[in-house]
Amino acid sequence: MAGRQAVKAYLDLLSQPCRAVLIFLKHNKIPHTLELVALRKGQHKTPEFSKLNPMQKVPVLDDNGFVLTESDAILKYLATTYNVPDHWYPKLPEKRARVDEYTAWHHVNTRMHAATVFLQEVIFPNMGQPTNPAKFKKALTDLDGTLDMLENMFLKRKPFLCGDDISLADLLAVCELMQNSFDCLFQPMCSGRDVLKDRPKLLSWRSRVQSALSDSFDEAHSVVYQIRQKFTAKL
Amino acid sequence: MAGRQAVKVYLDLLSQPCRALLIFLKHNKIPHTVELIALRKGQQKTPEFTKLNPMQKVPVLDDNGFVLTESDAILKYLATTYNVPDHWYPKLPEKRARVDEYTAWHHVNTRMHASTVFLQEVIFPMMGQPTNPAKFEKALADLNGTLDMLENMFLKRQPFLCADEISLADLLAVCELMQPLCSGRDILKDRPKLLSWRNRVQSALSDSFDEAHSVVYQIREKFTAKL
Repeated sequence: MAGRQAVKAYLDLLSQPCRAVLIFLKHNKIPHTLELVALRKGQHKTPEFSKLNPMQKVPVLDDNGFVLTESDAILKYLATTYNVPDHWYPKLPEKRARVDEYTAWHHVNTRMHAATVFLQEVIFPNMGQPTNPAKFKKALTDLDGTLDMLENMFLKRKPFLCGDDISLADLLAVCELMQNSFDCLFQPMCSGRDVLKDRPKLLSWRSRVQSALSDSFDEAHSVVYQIRQKFTAKL
Repeated sequence: MAGRQAVKVYLDLLSQPCRALLIFLKHNKIPHTVELIALRKGQQKTPEFTKLNPMQKVPVLDDNGFVLTESDAILKYLATTYNVPDHWYPKLPEKRARVDEYTAWHHVNTRMHASTVFLQEVIFPMMGQPTNPAKFEKALADLNGTLDMLENMFLKRQPFLCADEISLADLLAVCELMQPLCSGRDILKDRPKLLSWRNRVQSALSDSFDEAHSVVYQIREKFTAKL
């Protein structure tokens, strides 16, 4: 797509869907610029950002004036409009439907429960906000149920969530389920918890996904490292 | 698509996404058979249904052995594989992205809050289960916020949620926003912009809309008769 201008992505690397977008951009060598939006500093609530996205959420994509929110919509749009390998978001309707099925299910399952666990265990304590032990416990149970489903339904007899090859589904899921020591690479706050610890099937899946994305994980990490350097230089 | 066999759908018309699917099938004259699954009777938990869908949820599509769950995935698959008008799920990437954007947002916004209101106000009392007034109040407030977003963001400058024409987004949204009507509650009552939108959607869907929603109207009668 000669002559196409770089897209702009508004991200906070504390946000799992933002990491998915960043990894996808880097892995597929999609020309982009990054604008970092620090959620913990309330930068998503500025008049400027609210004008861009009234939902006051990240990630946001700005493709030369075409502004798009929602990570799965963004990933599907990028997969469609750039020349990425078909397996990310297959054109064949039955294969594509499997990815759409997972990305729909993801919202109130993987994302919801993993995010609640993370908020209750890491974010709220670190920000001096009150936690809710009952809510935390329920989220852990719900997350357990979700992981059962991932193992027994999506991964049943295949190496990746939607087929024999990695897709957007695996990318979105893995960003929610990284071991927290890995999370530590992206943010200073983390716990020791690895929710996949006692689940060999899911551990293998996660390794497969990480291998498939290795370089881009490193690149995304280097972005964070650079930010940290700038940040600590200011102190 | 000559020679293509009818699809089979497993539905409970009390379920908003199931209604969206039925309306889409009827409106686009897609050959289908319906198998009713009564959630209130626990029919989604039978060994038979669980084998079909381990998630134990509706709707489920069975296209001649290809079994698919999740209403937005099902609708997008049908829109793609049948010869439906482009506006339902446009092929142009920028237009399609708008529908994908709404259907993503829908899950933890429109669907989540409208469902919670419905569960707390209609289902739990009907089934003799305890309700949670605080949760109900919060859901009403959250739903209000969602309706603000629908008006001010999605419907800002266009007649339908994602474009000048109706799409899958409007279909999914309208079915959720009809649900609280079961208790006689019209959440769009004081919102002229959303009322106009709903009318437009109903007009575009005519007969199939009212047919699918007959169960909602019936429950409303029973519910309001008790008061």
